[in-house]
Amino acid sequence: MKRSIIEEYLARLFMYAAVAMVIYFVASVVLSVFMRGFPLLSWEMVSSLPGGGFYMGGGGGFLNAIVGSLYIVGGATVLGLAISIPVVFFLNVYLKPGSRFAFIARLAYDVLFGIPSIVYGAFGFTLMIYFGVRASLLGGTIVVTLLIIPIFIRSMDEVAKTIPTELMEAAYSLGSTRWETIAVIVRQIAPAIATATLLSIGRAIGDAAGVMFTAGFSDRIPTSLTQQTATLPLSVYFQLQSPSLEVQDRAYAAAVVLTLIVLVLSISGRIIMNHFSRNKIQ
Amino acid sequence: MFILTISSLLLVVAMGIGLYMKASPILHEHSLWDLLSASEWKPMKNQFGFFPFLMGTLWVSGLALIISIPISMLMAIYLTEYSHSVVRRFVYPFLDILAGLPSVIYGVWGMLLIVPWVSNVAAPWVGRNTTGYTVLACGIVLGVMVIPLLVSLFIEIFSNVSHELREATFALGATRWQATKHVVLRKTLPGILAAIVLAASRVMGETIAVIMVCGNLAIAPNSLLDACYPIPALIANNYGEMLSMPLYESALMFAAFILFFVVLVFNLFSRLVLKKIEAQ
Repeated sequence: MKRSIIEEYLARLFMYAAVAMVIYFVASVVLSVFMRGFPLLSWEMVSSLPGGGFYMGGGGGFLNAIVGSLYIVGGATVLGLAISIPVVFFLNVYLKPGSRFAFIARLAYDVLFGIPSIVYGAFGFTLMIYFGVRASLLGGTIVVTLLIIPIFIRSMDEVAKTIPTELMEAAYSLGSTRWETIAVIVRQIAPAIATATLLSIGRAIGDAAGVMFTAGFSDRIPTSLTQQTATLPLSVYFQLQSPSLEVQDRAYAAAVVLTLIVLVLSISGRIIMNHFSRNKIQ
Repeated sequence: MFILTISSLLLVVAMGIGLYMKASPILHEHSLWDLLSASEWKPMKNQFGFFPFLMGTLWVSGLALIISIPISMLMAIYLTEYSHSVVRRFVYPFLDILAGLPSVIYGVWGMLLIVPWVSNVAAPWVGRNTTGYTVLACGIVLGVMVIPLLVSLFIEIFSNVSHELREATFALGATRWQATKHVVLRKTLPGILAAIVLAASRVMGETIAVIMVCGNLAIAPNSLLDACYPIPALIANNYGEMLSMPLYESALMFAAFILFFVVLVFNLFSRLVLKKIEAQ
């Protein structure tokens, strides 16, 4: 008897230690990046393009990377939503529950979700060579779209699966066709669409391996889809490789900007999930 | 809609075929076994040995799992079996943040804290001298990165065990830990294994964080304090030069294909197991 109680206390002790460690890790990652980079961050850095001799410690900022990332993420999010909402709708309304096709499709999205972004990058790169497209904003956007579609579909489908069949039947009985029930479905999964979007933006903006091959890098803001573009994570990575301390400092500042964006996204994701589920019928 | 659904299915197939076709020139030139077991990597001299990179990936992934599994499991047990919902509401946002932080930020963290720690504390402690860019640093960074995935998978698996089962164990006089150890963990063993395989596949594909802390030295590591060069780092580091030589490009695409294939098999296995558990 005594032994089991000691064991119980020991187990609890280890669990507290594990939770404390995870909280410590979060604090350590966020604080170390902030403490190193925040004092270096200046308005000039986020509002101007790289000046002459930027990579030898010259003036300027990384606006090219911020805008490049926003272009890619914006384009990929819109494309991703346009593709994944119909797919979720098809999986849940047109296919019977327990359909073999739906099972295989969901399995495929799970697998796609697990495939690392470097493989997406390599695959996108071979495709681009095949079609004769060079590294560009377009290439980067397409690869990031492919990367986030599984996230969109999986998280929306998770919620769409729980929509009660009675709700659909009520819509049918009012004379709506299957296609017209999309209004009901979209309203039901609205919070899921919002959180999935934030999740995808977070993943898309932080992805470096996928865009490395396909979007290239550039010191200017792209003005057309065929131009190369910089992205924030790659700008951090490339600048850190420079031997010059000033350039490295700028990498840390860029890392702070990236961390801030991701923190805001993940916190607002939680808030939406907690407070925005009012339209939903359980 | 049907076309959209089926085309995303075909994406998996297309990826496999596309990478394989690009990799086939090098498979004609060298046998598969030669490629995987040779340890000389000199693309200019037509020597493509993937052994150092495979070993790098194995060491790093193994270490990352050894670090992350106990922490995530204890945390998941605490959150599902012990904690109050207030605690959960406090802890979940931390996991969200950990899951959301981009790979490159983990790389920066590794360079700022872990690498200096390895070179100033861990290595001198065993009487070795390194720059800090080692298997150990890489494993720690990857281990922390994969914690949120493991915790969320474990929580999902543990909460599938019915409450009656736990209550029956308590009625027999078991403590909470005994109930967890003898009933919950034993009942969920297949799920736990599937979750670990899934985490392994995630760890193997990490690129940017790995590249920043692994040391990028194409020699198979012999200890935790050696530099390493995992496969994703190989692909990302060399894509610029590869275009000049067809065989070099093919070699890198072969590396991507290995990664794709292993991740595909691991994912299929673990997802099927997890789906089966979910269905019960």
